[in-house]
Amino acid sequence: MWQMFARFVVMTTQVPGDALVSLNAVNKHYGQLHVLKDINFQVRKGEVVVVIGPSGSGKSTLCRAINRLETIDDGEISIDGKLLPEEGKELAHLRADVGMVFQSFNLFAHKTILENVTLGPIKVKGMSKAEADKDAMALLERVGVGHQAPKLPAQLSGGQQQRVAIARALAMKPKVMLFDEPTSALDPEMISEVLDVMIQLAKEGMTMIVVTHEMGFARKAADRVVFMADGQIVEDATPEEFFTNPQSSRAKDFLSKLLTH
Amino acid sequence: MDVIIESLPQYWDGFLRTLFLAVVSGIIALVVGTLLAAARVSPVAALRGFSMAYVEVVRNTPLTIAFFFAAIVLPRLGVTFQQFEIAAIIALSAYTAAFIAEAVRSGVNSVPVGQAEAARSIGMTFGQVLSLIILPQALRTVIPPMINILIALVKNSSVAGAFFVLELFGYGKQLANDHGDAVMWVLAGVAFFYLLITVPLGYIAHQVERKVAIAR
Repeated sequence: MWQMFARFVVMTTQVPGDALVSLNAVNKHYGQLHVLKDINFQVRKGEVVVVIGPSGSGKSTLCRAINRLETIDDGEISIDGKLLPEEGKELAHLRADVGMVFQSFNLFAHKTILENVTLGPIKVKGMSKAEADKDAMALLERVGVGHQAPKLPAQLSGGQQQRVAIARALAMKPKVMLFDEPTSALDPEMISEVLDVMIQLAKEGMTMIVVTHEMGFARKAADRVVFMADGQIVEDATPEEFFTNPQSSRAKDFLSKLLTH
Repeated sequence: MDVIIESLPQYWDGFLRTLFLAVVSGIIALVVGTLLAAARVSPVAALRGFSMAYVEVVRNTPLTIAFFFAAIVLPRLGVTFQQFEIAAIIALSAYTAAFIAEAVRSGVNSVPVGQAEAARSIGMTFGQVLSLIILPQALRTVIPPMINILIALVKNSSVAGAFFVLELFGYGKQLANDHGDAVMWVLAGVAFFYLLITVPLGYIAHQVERKVAIAR
């Protein structure tokens, strides 16, 4: 009884408000390099947060820390009120609730497009193959690659592969989606087809954390823009505020460089 | 030449026994070797240490030592067998497993790290990531070195002939003693029957390799 009460207290005190993703005083070092400096960051349900910043600012590390692909040195990360557990079964369960889309797609090279999407639901959630196939086809249709289902990843273009990767993540019915520079490895003409899918997803109310250089996406779909530099969150504002009236010199500098090219 | 025709029954019996030794030891070695490789990349330090120590010791000592150990030391420790074939199978599979483990490990390292990250990010456990994503891709890339190891296993099984197991090489020794005037032909016959196993193995390797190559 006391334990239950204690756990209840811990749960309610750790997560302020209705934050779905919450980082408290998170620090990480790579050897000497302090890549995440005392990060405090909350994302509410349904919110779309774009993380931008110069390369090496720690934005990818932040994104990967949220589903513990990167471990942190100290601080707390919680998803939907649950602290990220140590590596193991429990962490695997939690990761199933956090979809992730990578810069390099990372589709399973030896599986067909359809199998890429159904593998998680079948093996992790124990869904029947028939049901998983049906869901997967609907998702593949939704991202516009339904007719590619029997092919292998290498037979698809980068833009198509990335859309499949989004479908694969969505198939787990995640509470939040992380995008780690999803368009950085794509040819310019393929970027928009991926962004369109993401914008659609944002409209449907998915909670999203997107690390990107696509300012157009930030303006169009983001509720908040978080600007990082040297491992710190320097600004956290609405897109309108951030792009028209950045407060810090780092952000002004960054934006001016974007605009002059 | 006549001696080969005359002794075909012995050759055939020896051939079958060699094939049996190689197939059984090969299957055990593939399983044990893959498990050793899995242990080598596991998050548990003790497993990694054990796998590394095993591979280093076994890979770097002569096969004859493994045979002595299986045929002479193990029975003294209370592990006895009815036939020396069992000892031969233990020695051959334990020895070959070390090489398989190294081949599989190199295959695991050749799979891009993003594959494992993607698998973990959809909630797979370590065992699932390894068995569903990493190993299937790793094993395909290591088929050529793996077949080399299996060819070496077929030839290594001849050491069993020196440990009272009557296989192809054992029969060869017997026939050479019986036909002192035709030793060359006796050995040519032995070589032919080894080639009968190893050459098709190489051919299969080539075919399988073409079929399962993964495009990235």
